[in-house]
Amino acid sequence: MRKVVCIGESILSPLGATPAENFAAVCRGESALRRYEGMFGCREPFVASLMDRERWTVPGRTFFDSIVIEAARRAVDAAGIDPASPRTGFVLSTIKGNIEHIDTQDVTLAVSARRLSDTFGNPNPAVVVSNACISGLAALLQGRRMLLGGGFDHVVVVGAEAQSRFIVTGFQSLKALSEAPCKPFDVSRDGLNLGEAAAAVVLGFGEDGWELVDGAVRNDANHISGPSRTGEGSYKALRYVLRQCYPEELAFVNVHGTSTLYNDEMESIALERAGLLDVPVNALKGTFGHTMGAAGILESILSMRSVDAGLILPTRGFSELGVSRPVRVSASMRRTVKQAFVKLLSGFGGVNGALLFRKGGGAC
Amino acid sequence: MLTIMRFASIPGGTDLTALYRATVGDYPKFFKMDTACKLGFLLAEQLADEPRFTSREDRAVLMFSTCGSLCNDRHYEESVKDFPSPSLFVYTLPNIITGEIAIRNKYEGETSAYVLERFEPEQFIALVEQAFQDGVTRSAVCGWVDARADDDFTAFAFLVERDGPGKEFNVQNLYGTVNQ
Repeated sequence: MRKVVCIGESILSPLGATPAENFAAVCRGESALRRYEGMFGCREPFVASLMDRERWTVPGRTFFDSIVIEAARRAVDAAGIDPASPRTGFVLSTIKGNIEHIDTQDVTLAVSARRLSDTFGNPNPAVVVSNACISGLAALLQGRRMLLGGGFDHVVVVGAEAQSRFIVTGFQSLKALSEAPCKPFDVSRDGLNLGEAAAAVVLGFGEDGWELVDGAVRNDANHISGPSRTGEGSYKALRYVLRQCYPEELAFVNVHGTSTLYNDEMESIALERAGLLDVPVNALKGTFGHTMGAAGILESILSMRSVDAGLILPTRGFSELGVSRPVRVSASMRRTVKQAFVKLLSGFGGVNGALLFRKGGGAC
Repeated sequence: MLTIMRFASIPGGTDLTALYRATVGDYPKFFKMDTACKLGFLLAEQLADEPRFTSREDRAVLMFSTCGSLCNDRHYEESVKDFPSPSLFVYTLPNIITGEIAIRNKYEGETSAYVLERFEPEQFIALVEQAFQDGVTRSAVCGWVDARADDDFTAFAFLVERDGPGKEFNVQNLYGTVNQ
């Protein structure tokens, strides 16, 4: 089978406008998480990582559409591909898109995807993957499938989320937000922070560089808004990707690590069941917050960068293990010589996903 | 080759509560669901095969629409003006429909939700076929459930199976089945 590889990436976040800037900021231990009062007209204050809307909003476009298109443009430029080619596909990952404009505009997700394709003169019907918090991961997997299914030479996978009163009040109503910067896997974790970002990856065929080896999406079939107590779907997704690598080959598992009590506990159980207790684990939500539709792509790009640099990124916010299984959470920066990692995510609807990435030439 | 094993549809304007009482009746969670999830749930009930309620990883649930969760999003946005409703918020995700079907039927395989500009059979079939690339998926509940409003929707779904005894899952047979 031909290999699907990453040939261009971009990240727009409060910490930087390129993958290199974002990577450097993570290495320095930075975060844009801060407390907002009265933001978006929310009655309750909240902690989030938000982008500079004045900087990024293009006249005549919404903030969300602006960052989607800009992230795509930068990844397309980095890859040097023709975005107008009928053999180039576009996949958009988002959960709520332009929802902040629900009272005044057509906020259908497919409309944003159409604007994205039209900006690049691309003739193909747009595809939006909206699979809750695993959307970015599922969109990368979808891009890989479109390539292997035939008809495409490249697929541009873009993930983005704009925060809004709609989303913030929703998570507040579920009592899922922490009032402080979140603490993935920590004993004192008490909820998540929301974040804004856009990130894109151009996938194509190749031999060198980062291969998107395979991935799986599995459902807990248990509860629509709470994870399985046995980590069922995450375990099954991990088990699927581990058919194609040994745990010893993995530099780390970059987990979801939202910092809610139930998510992090569930992930620890899934990691144990999958035989991954000896593999380092890290999470980036303490740096960027939960960037929802962008998370799977943002976190995958930074994980690739870190392996390129021979590093395992720290888990900002973590200090003392607070889950029932002895997972090896990386609190501080560490070295690695390994050349593969797994990206793990879970979301509402009982959905879970795992992707295996391996750097060119690595044997298995 | 993918084959069509079963087909189900619910005409626009159908009284979903009446349909539930007539065909299911023993799953009170139904009443908590938004319109899109009720449609997906009722379609999956019609498509379900024996043995039921047995955990299986080889069946995917793939749902497609143009509106996503927008119908319920408007209900949630209304609630925000007074008191944000957590029970409405959890249905503001386009993929909850796949989760409801998975929970009811113990389908532990892939669940995915896609938002498309319009129903195009070629694209719909290609996306379903691509989900079978993983080698584990043997069958899928796949449907178009587009809830524009609580009383204005398009809803149909197929049970497709790899190398089953049904007709090939292609554009011609898809149209033939939908128009029967």
